[in-house]
Amino acid sequence: MDQPGTSKAITKFLLHLHPPRINAQAIKYTRTFGLGGIAALLFVLLFITGMLLRFIYVPSEKGAYDSIIYLQEQVLFGELLRNMHYWSGMLLVIVSFLHVIRVFYSQSIYFERRKNWIYGLVLMFLVIMSNFTGYLLPWDQLAYWAVTIMTNMLSYIPVIGETLASLVRGGTEVNEGTLLRFYHFHTGLLPLLMVFVMSIHFWLVRKAKGVTVADASKKEMVKTNPELVYKEIVVALGLILLLIVFSMAVDAPLLDKANPLVSPNPSKAPWYFMGFQELLLHMHPGFGIFIVPVLVTAFLVYIPFIKDTNVNTGVWFNSAVGKKITIWSAIYAIVFTMLIIVGTEYVLNFQQWMQDLPVLITTGLLPIVIYVAPTYGFLLLIKNKLKAGKIEMIMALVTILLTGYLVMTFVGSLLRGEGMHLFA
Amino acid sequence: MDFIKKITRRSFIKKAIFTLVSLELIYVLTNLLKKGNEAKAPENLFNAGEVDLFENGQVYPFSTERFYLSRLKDGGFLALSTKCTHLGCTIQFKTKEDKFQCPCHASAFNKHGDVLAPPAIRALDLFPVSIVDNKVLVDTANPVKRNKYDRSQITYA
Repeated sequence: MDQPGTSKAITKFLLHLHPPRINAQAIKYTRTFGLGGIAALLFVLLFITGMLLRFIYVPSEKGAYDSIIYLQEQVLFGELLRNMHYWSGMLLVIVSFLHVIRVFYSQSIYFERRKNWIYGLVLMFLVIMSNFTGYLLPWDQLAYWAVTIMTNMLSYIPVIGETLASLVRGGTEVNEGTLLRFYHFHTGLLPLLMVFVMSIHFWLVRKAKGVTVADASKKEMVKTNPELVYKEIVVALGLILLLIVFSMAVDAPLLDKANPLVSPNPSKAPWYFMGFQELLLHMHPGFGIFIVPVLVTAFLVYIPFIKDTNVNTGVWFNSAVGKKITIWSAIYAIVFTMLIIVGTEYVLNFQQWMQDLPVLITTGLLPIVIYVAPTYGFLLLIKNKLKAGKIEMIMALVTILLTGYLVMTFVGSLLRGEGMHLFA
Repeated sequence: MDFIKKITRRSFIKKAIFTLVSLELIYVLTNLLKKGNEAKAPENLFNAGEVDLFENGQVYPFSTERFYLSRLKDGGFLALSTKCTHLGCTIQFKTKEDKFQCPCHASAFNKHGDVLAPPAIRALDLFPVSIVDNKVLVDTANPVKRNKYDRSQITYA
């Protein structure tokens, strides 16, 4: 490292990733929390651990589960390897999600960053798909039924649902074909796609002249190497250390070998899909699986293209009003979503009250109206009370959607027990 | 119609080619993934046993074949799939409560396969039953979807 030659080579290589000099505000840790970088590092870790796991893993109905057992019991550091891959994968979902939230609330998705917001959403989708396809591979009861539930959710999409579900599964139920298919997606196609999209994602960040800063008028620049590089190294090493310690302490779950004849009670989708599963308990599948997610995705994609907004690029929550609105919307969403969940569990039962009406109305339209009407009222109220602009209202809506999903995920994965009953 | 004016001959041909190539790729990929997904499997008749083996009003599990044979009070047969119509978990028959229950989301079905409790919205799938030489034969390869139970679905000895 002391040799000027090596040092120069490193600096030159870094220039492919970073500019030579960088705004001093941009490298403050609280500007980005290093989330994008952490996600990229997790991708690399997953790639390495995944490559190693491939030496042991057998993608077949007979061999999969046994190969995991063999890995955990016979291979030196086998269990640690699997744990690291597992926890990195889970952490990647969380970190990517936080990254999406960070860029949204710090107003870093508008103008020249529009396109990158879309690529970011695509990456988020790929991350979740990667995690989900990996979920099946251990071929234990947890994996088998989570994937059964998830692929059956697909079949509720109108018109193409049935075809799509059997296309994903390669048959009418989850079997060896599904395992092989998921294995190839997980270890081949999806990582490859992610490398491409990530390259574009990074390149677009540089094209937009790096991360957003709160005050663009301050132009104090510092050298990337060492100022930023050292911070990155500290975060990276800290993360790796944390992951190793965590993986030594907590084992990745592995239940009994998959048995299509017996569903465990309760059977749950992977935790990041539990919000959907919770939604499904309260709503007609056509709505819960198709209409609501499509509308929400369309809205998220559309956000940076909304016209006549008063954007303060790089400023957290856009303004003091925005901050207030975000907090109130979050509180509203937590309380109201909980109320609805508990209410539909014990009190509201439209299907029994109005048996003559079609289920699309009693379990589809009515719950939507019950959720949307008060929310609309709430949005109007805070709009008038706090004199919020368009951009603040978008933030309020996104906050309600995200918080609502988080609450449902929380209730679905932690508060529901046997038979999916609340507090069982 | 601003966006129509923007289309030139050159951009039109370019877009057309992109669209065609994408469609081609999607078509090839779908067909690749469709493998092992035949439209209709050949009949696979499972011999459940003699008609007299089954008492009226009782439910008999054939868990390896993924169905319950339900003999109704009037002697008719229904072969109900064990796959819950909600999200595909395996239902179980609860003798005490006299109903089928899904362990995943607590959907419940009666002996005709009709929904007793949501979140399921469709009655259990049926396997066609035929009775030949006093033997109950169940075609386990071709489940039949239905919304509700009606009398025409029953097979009598």
